Amino acid sequence: MNKTKKKMLGIPYFAWSAIFIVVPLCMVFYYGLTDAGGAFTLENILSIASPEHSKALWLALLLSLAATVICLLLAYPLAMILNGKKKNQHSFIVLIFILPMWMNFLLRTLAWQTLLEKTGVINSILSFWGLPSLNIINTPYAIILGMVYNFLPFMVLPIYNALSKIDPDVIHAARDLGADSVQVFLRITLPLTLPGIISGITMVFIPALTTFVISNLLGGSKILLIGNVVEQEFTQAANWHLGSGLSIVLMLFILVNMVISAVFDREGEGSVL
Amino acid sequence: MKKTTHFHHTLHTVILFWIVCTLCLVSPLLLTGCGSQGSKEGGEVIVYNWGEYIDPETIDRFEEETGIKVIYDEFETNEIMYPKLEAGAAAYDVICPSDYMIQKMIENDLLAEINFDNIPNSKNIGQQYFEQSRQFDPENKYSVPYCFGTVGILYNKTMVDETVDSWSILWDEKYADNILMQDSVRDAFMVALKLNGFSMNTLDENELAAARDALIAQKPLVQAYVIDQVRDKMIGGEAALGVIYSGEAIYTQRENPDLEYAVPREGTNVWIDSWVIAKNAPNKENAERFIDFMCREDIALMNFEYITYSTPNVAARELIEDEEIRNSKIAFPDLDQYENLETFQYLGTDGDALYNALWKEVKSE
Repeated sequence: MNKTKKKMLGIPYFAWSAIFIVVPLCMVFYYGLTDAGGAFTLENILSIASPEHSKALWLALLLSLAATVICLLLAYPLAMILNGKKKNQHSFIVLIFILPMWMNFLLRTLAWQTLLEKTGVINSILSFWGLPSLNIINTPYAIILGMVYNFLPFMVLPIYNALSKIDPDVIHAARDLGADSVQVFLRITLPLTLPGIISGITMVFIPALTTFVISNLLGGSKILLIGNVVEQEFTQAANWHLGSGLSIVLMLFILVNMVISAVFDREGEGSVL
Repeated sequence: MKKTTHFHHTLHTVILFWIVCTLCLVSPLLLTGCGSQGSKEGGEVIVYNWGEYIDPETIDRFEEETGIKVIYDEFETNEIMYPKLEAGAAAYDVICPSDYMIQKMIENDLLAEINFDNIPNSKNIGQQYFEQSRQFDPENKYSVPYCFGTVGILYNKTMVDETVDSWSILWDEKYADNILMQDSVRDAFMVALKLNGFSMNTLDENELAAARDALIAQKPLVQAYVIDQVRDKMIGGEAALGVIYSGEAIYTQRENPDLEYAVPREGTNVWIDSWVIAKNAPNKENAERFIDFMCREDIALMNFEYITYSTPNVAARELIEDEEIRNSKIAFPDLDQYENLETFQYLGTDGDALYNALWKEVKSE
């Protein structure tokens, strides 16, 4: 009786994942592995090797990697500061961090466009004070900035989560045994927060790798990332087969990333949600 | 002094931005609010139109007068609109595509014949525009013209002090990082093809390769590829030159008197956007009532004054009070004064694929 009840509770979840995850995924594979006539083909997947597609993939890997590294460098110290605060103080800082996420992602990115433009807010202020202008809009740097800005919270939270789970006694014990701050950090704190770091990397790297909105809005549509190629195949070129084929290639990268994080995160410590 | 005005302008932009944000949040609530009363009487009509291409007031009036609830949706390019309709993911009644896309939709059997008996106000539309529509709708059975115009160069007189009369100015290194190009495949290729003296409907691979190379050569000079944003960026003084639809010229000049519109001598695209009805339209009769309403002279005038795109509605044009605009060559181009004018044609699946592949080569460069 109890068991069937538990199973009943799971039905909405299974229905949800079947309708919105499994079925669409099957459709992506169907489209990706067929041509316009419905015959089986590997052409859509192999077309990743074409110069335009491989360049877009390579650029997307490069930019998302840069954004991930910057996020990590910014997030780790921040998470340590957060962890050092008292309970009521740190929940306030976490709130400030999460607050922008209540606003639509698209609007936040559009706001950056207004900020960075040649005659935008930042340059108006700079020129008002007679300072040289900042010309990064429509360049890869603006795209990296957009990625870092949008995905930073996803790096901070898992690392903070992992840090707060470290028993202070472990640190005290290391201190008692004569370790200095650097040794404590390198040999105790860092290894213990590794699952959080890996989880953070996954949560920043994957959305950054597949983004097309950030590169469109902040790159002036001049910089083609693999996400833009997929988006344009669906919306502009109406070639769903090629778009799906390239999505399957992207899935491989995501799978590799997930395997790595699963290996490091066997106890699920780094998970945020 | 100049700096402060600049700063003020930006401040305005920021404030405007916030207002838009708030409106975006609130307007769906309002729409559902007032629509729920109307839906009981006259049913509904689902409209799919270009972004910022109607005076919202006219929709309210239509709902008030007919009791038909309007569900309004917007698209940014013809190419984005088409797959949505073809896949049948969403059912629309009235759509407003451009010439070549209407031809494609007719060929793929996606449009319903319009019963012109239900659209008496179509008499307001100038006969020459129906004549011109025959290029894509040979028997005038499927479309009612809504707006028309040319494509040209909008330039800022404070940044450009030479005469603008050729597409080649968009390849001038003086204006590096000050040029805005259209981010849609046919418009971008039109510019490059016309520059080289080719037809913008060409399928000749050598001509297209030359156009692609021209676009690649131009890319380092281009600030950004944009669609609707050309308007705001030009008004804000972000760029010196921008490829734009003639309908935006009046509006942008009103906002920033430094801007001027020119049609290059190599020729350009004359386009017509027309109302059509989808084959599987759930509310065909309401769709015809909506089109008829849009053809009424007072409504067409409201729309013209709001969106400033040239109206083929002769009766509405006569109602325009400002003589300067009524006789403006920009608002109502005299199509005989230019040579080499063309209208886009549908190029077939293979033609589309060829253009898209070349465009991708440009974009990935």
